[in-house]
Amino acid sequence: MAIVYFSKDHEWISVDGTAATVGITDYAQAQLGDIVFAEVPAAGTQVEKGKEAAVVESVKAASDVYAPVSGEVTEGNAALTEDPSLVNTAPESEGWFFKLTLSDPSELEGLMDEAAYKAFVDTL
Amino acid sequence: MTDTATEDFVETVEALPLDAWHRAKGGRMVEFAGYHMPIQYEGIMAEHLWTREHAGLFDVSHMGQLVFTGEGVAEALETLLPADIKGLGEGRQRYSLLLADNGGILDDLMVTRLPAASPFDAEGGYYMVVNGATKWDDIAHLREHLEDDITLSHLYEQALLALQGPEAVTALARLAPGVEALTFMTAGAFTIAGIDCWVSRSGYTGEDGFEISVPAEDVERLADALCAEPEVKPIGLGARDSLRLEAGLPLYGHDLDPETTPVAADLGFALSKRRREEGGFPGHDRIMLERENGPILKRVMLVVEGRQPVREGAAVLDGEGSEVGRVTSGGHSPSLGKAIAMAYVPAASATPGTSITLNQRGKIFTGIVTPMPLVPHRYHRKGA
Repeated sequence: MAIVYFSKDHEWISVDGTAATVGITDYAQAQLGDIVFAEVPAAGTQVEKGKEAAVVESVKAASDVYAPVSGEVTEGNAALTEDPSLVNTAPESEGWFFKLTLSDPSELEGLMDEAAYKAFVDTL
Repeated sequence: MTDTATEDFVETVEALPLDAWHRAKGGRMVEFAGYHMPIQYEGIMAEHLWTREHAGLFDVSHMGQLVFTGEGVAEALETLLPADIKGLGEGRQRYSLLLADNGGILDDLMVTRLPAASPFDAEGGYYMVVNGATKWDDIAHLREHLEDDITLSHLYEQALLALQGPEAVTALARLAPGVEALTFMTAGAFTIAGIDCWVSRSGYTGEDGFEISVPAEDVERLADALCAEPEVKPIGLGARDSLRLEAGLPLYGHDLDPETTPVAADLGFALSKRRREEGGFPGHDRIMLERENGPILKRVMLVVEGRQPVREGAAVLDGEGSEVGRVTSGGHSPSLGKAIAMAYVPAASATPGTSITLNQRGKIFTGIVTPMPLVPHRYHRKGA
């Protein structure tokens, strides 16, 4: 049973044991507008909580995607290379960016649940 | 690069006459040139493609609309611009440049000779549209350099709309019969939906279309009338930028600035033949020398390999990895589905087909010099 957490940088992370999937939220994709390019990390890449892990570019601007937790990437979403607009159409499902193995599950404690994230977005 | 004095001058962000209209239409507002402007409505990609196929309505009321009158006004304007102003017929429009003493570009603009029956009480005068971000500097420069008997009026109570796209003429002619008779770069007075307007057949998207100057108090009614036509949708600044980039049209403050000359910017067409020969405009000697010997850098269009856009500020590198030029505009081309850019490159590398090495945040990209425009212009030229 996966549990979904959210970061203040507008990433979501779906966690099942020490395996997790990361993407950007529906709110984030709506703010960015039409996505034309996404660069995802390769398997084996070590990512660090709060550091750049992927790149997403809209028609207008480039943005970094941060790792919400630390760990080792097990898979980047190859589908985004072919069709970056998946981030717009399915941000919280097929438009995921990368999967990773958590190196420190306690890092999840600093993240928000869905209700807290919604409340956070309402303040923006 | 674009941190001009204008940025400091404009301390408050103002609302344009269509502000509430944009918000009601779902426009996402951003700050630009000291105003709240709509960057997009439904999305840049869809709005861009709609304009290329149908007709898009742009609010460009942030731009400066100026009128010049007085004895010897054409001669006076020729001391500041390289265009043949004296040879301009009534209702004829020209693209021109406001030049600094050293030939650097202070702004790019459109100038039109008004007919005898003028809509702005400016018989024998000239109407000029300048960029929004530079208009206050332009006005100061013009007031300082024009003789006292020339009157410069800033039409700050006029709004400006641009209707652009292949179906613009169909939509507008339904509301203003006769407007279809205008050809590219001509202008006239028309009544649209009962509102007195000054209409030119021009724009900055590469498409056929019109720019419509309208009293601010009537602009909401005009925008509603235009958007009631099935061909027309409101379009934001985001798509305006991607459209003009594909069309190879430079944007002031990005692709043009006071360090750039008309020759380097590949705007030689803005230097009229008579003026090139006679001189008498700022920077004439330097510009003619550069024209003869070739510029050091030249503005070119690039198609960037791969899908990642290369943005303004990326470096152009030579074979040794030294910076020899710069990307001045870059992004994604919705029409072509490719990354494209405008850049200044050494003149020897400006030939179409040349491969250009670019560095963006430490990552190396390859751009191929491509003839401008990338998307063919579809202006309604005379005799076409």
